[in-house]
Amino acid sequence: MASSETAPAAGQRTRGLASFLRSQMRNIAPFLTLIFLSAFFAVASPSFATIDNLGNILTQVSVTGVIAVGLTFVILCAEIDLSIASIANVTGIAVAYFTLQESYVNIPNIPLPGVAAILLALLLCAALGLVNALGLTVIGIPSFIMTLAMMQIAAGISALLVRGQIAYKVPSLITTLGSGSIGGIPWIVIVAAIMLLAGHLVLTYTRFGRYVYMVGGNREAAEYSGLNVKLILGAVMIISAVCSGIGGMLGVAHFGSAQQNEFDTYLLDSIAAVVVGGTSLFGGRGGIGNTIVGLFVLGVLNNGLDHVNIDSFLKILIRGLILLAALIINVYAQRLREKAAE
Amino acid sequence: MPEGRPILELQGITKSFGGVEALRGVDFALHPGEIHGLVGENGAGKSTLMKIIAGVHTEFSGRFLIDGQERHFRSARDAHAAGIAMVHQELSVAPDLTVAENVFLGNQPTNALGLVQWRRMAREAGEQLARFGIDVDPMSRLGDLPIGLQQLIEIARVLFSGARIVILDEPTSALSPPEVERLFATLRRLREEGTAIVFISHFIEDILRVSDTVTVFRNGRKVAETASAATTKGALIEAMIGRGGEALEHSYTDDLMLPRPSDSQVVLKVDQLSLARSLKDVSFEARAGEVLGIYGFMGCGQQELSRILFGKLKPDAGTLVVEGAPKTFASTAAARRAGVALVPESRRAMLFHQEPVYKNISISILDRISSLLLKPAQERDIAQRQVEQLQIRPPVVGLDLGMLSGGNQQKVALAKWLTYPPKLLVLCEPTRGMDVGAKNDVINIVRDLRARGLAIIVLSTEPETVLSLADRILVLKRGTLVREFKNEPVSKDRLLEAA
Ligand SMILES: Nc1ncnc2c1ncn2[C@@H]1O[C@H](COP(=O)(O)OP(=O)(O)O)[C@@H](O)[C@H]1O
Ligand SMILES: [Mg+2]
Repeated sequence: MASSETAPAAGQRTRGLASFLRSQMRNIAPFLTLIFLSAFFAVASPSFATIDNLGNILTQVSVTGVIAVGLTFVILCAEIDLSIASIANVTGIAVAYFTLQESYVNIPNIPLPGVAAILLALLLCAALGLVNALGLTVIGIPSFIMTLAMMQIAAGISALLVRGQIAYKVPSLITTLGSGSIGGIPWIVIVAAIMLLAGHLVLTYTRFGRYVYMVGGNREAAEYSGLNVKLILGAVMIISAVCSGIGGMLGVAHFGSAQQNEFDTYLLDSIAAVVVGGTSLFGGRGGIGNTIVGLFVLGVLNNGLDHVNIDSFLKILIRGLILLAALIINVYAQRLREKAAE
Repeated sequence: MPEGRPILELQGITKSFGGVEALRGVDFALHPGEIHGLVGENGAGKSTLMKIIAGVHTEFSGRFLIDGQERHFRSARDAHAAGIAMVHQELSVAPDLTVAENVFLGNQPTNALGLVQWRRMAREAGEQLARFGIDVDPMSRLGDLPIGLQQLIEIARVLFSGARIVILDEPTSALSPPEVERLFATLRRLREEGTAIVFISHFIEDILRVSDTVTVFRNGRKVAETASAATTKGALIEAMIGRGGEALEHSYTDDLMLPRPSDSQVVLKVDQLSLARSLKDVSFEARAGEVLGIYGFMGCGQQELSRILFGKLKPDAGTLVVEGAPKTFASTAAARRAGVALVPESRRAMLFHQEPVYKNISISILDRISSLLLKPAQERDIAQRQVEQLQIRPPVVGLDLGMLSGGNQQKVALAKWLTYPPKLLVLCEPTRGMDVGAKNDVINIVRDLRARGLAIIVLSTEPETVLSLADRILVLKRGTLVREFKNEPVSKDRLLEAA
């Protein structure tokens, strides 16, 4: 065989473009969706395709974007994190809890200097991520279940901290990053862009990033290659929790208040952004580039539906249908790729 | 041999898979109250013939008669209706169902409303299993039990299904000696009741002890059929592998002289290793510059042993000492750091089919070539060198691994470990499923590594693989080491004889 075998590479070339397109379907489909939606809303509403509105869309997807960075790591490893919104919420509440509130806010909180408040809040979300990591890797609870429990635990901590009240003040650094802007560009958009870029660089250019893809691509093979799979899985759970925490702090500043259940919609939005963007639910395929496209699809859809005259209750259904379509493409793309590889 | 009308008769059965002729004109008859042993090397066609009888393969040529009537099964269900039940070589239980559900698979007792009578089912399952000497909670999940026990339960299900023809395809590989005894007692009782039984096993003593008739297969043909009382282990082995007959390149039927044991440095010392039902008190040493072969039948504990050496499984007892330092590997990463490398029998288990060749080769050594940032150019260089050295075809490191042929994938699996060679290389079935050319390439690679001073352990269920590579051979039988060949002549017969 060593000498007589003809190179399959030649066969691959003759199969050519069709096969290439099929293997790239998970990258192409979201992009086409984005172009189609943008074109549709641009025609349907004159107020949609404006610079101002682009700014709106960017701002609207920023918090989701920050959370989705960490979630991308998790989904690339073929795991899931359902506690992202709850951890975002509790971290946002924690940073307010450690900040001096106006006298009319009736929360028995512990005011600290801003830097300390931020560090403690970060520590909290990292610790919750660590619990997720230990549950998943040491005890062996599936991430789906483990993070479901964490979702409740984080919500419980939130409830204990604010006790049904609303806090308004966060450290000034957070206030600036969440609601300020520089040269007309909101800081929150800049932060989201930096985090997405950082996530992309880590996934593409570092050894850790390669491990993430390999563990997601074939966990058994990663183990048989002598990788410390548990360490990598643990790390992505912590990364996810910290990204959620940062998103939570910025979100609180952006909304101007910290309260229970403030982030509930962000769970679905973040998962949708990652999956709609084409990152494989089976792990190993996709990345931050996909997540960015997914964020834009979601942002354009949410924003565009506000610009056209449509029953607001119907919007929820439309979003669900788009998500379903994306899931079908996601699973289908995986099959096509597997066929191509055989 | 039994007289009278056969319950089952096959005439001139021929079956091919694509271009491969698995059976060529086989005649086979089975009588009521007969235990019929079937032996033959891996790939001789035993399982294929049995699957035809059990209605799994429905496309074949030849005549198929039951009670003298010509039949053609269209499915396993038809065979079942005709009173044929089979335990397949590959475990075919439903791991997520309870033990009781597995015992009654397909015919659960129901009440007038059609609801499953759980209590009755559990009780009857418990009774049946107890008759077979199995003490297990019928309501426990089957997948949680050890493999050997699962296999016993599967056997019990088939034996007590009331079938007139029972086929057991290598059922004993994962069973302990007392369990084998209980199985044989049950088989003899069923024989008294007039059941016809086909029993396939690599354990020729077992076949001779329990069966009335033995049929030998070789290369898709029936080459012998004799009364068990009238033959010997040696004669059967000879019939199985043939002398000079089919012109195989190396048939390893003649004696081969093993070299004097080396006295180089001991790289690995294994002491009193035990693992649940799989391994018992296994002790041996592997030395630098030596290839240690470990031979045994499927299910003899080889797979578990290799996983323990690489930190994937934790032994219940025993110690590993690598270059003088005792080790308990918490993970495969720890084993790798200690200088141990494993190539498992399944390529799927250690390769990334959707990633390019160079990433497959570099994954195990990334920490040596980069601390934080990847160095793709260097990765490609290293991969290119390995690809050239091992003559991997096509020599394109950017190609997805899935595009390579099986033999070349196996070479990539080896290449992963070769840039920074480990101290101990454990190879499971390194040449399985390869053609002659690829096999030779692998043999040369292993010899080259031995010359570079690695300690190498080759585990295989194929005598040829062990014989072609090893300097010293251990025989593993049902979890214990039963024989060591060193500095002495060895051949396929001698190995089979020992196992
Ligand atoms: N489903 C299948 N597809 C293709 N080839 C097969 C299949 N099953 C068996 N074979 C081939 O048929 C031959 C006989 O195999 P088998 O009956 O399993 O042998 P045995 O049970 O004696 O070890 C082998 O060469 C094997 O590779
Ligand atoms: Mg077989």
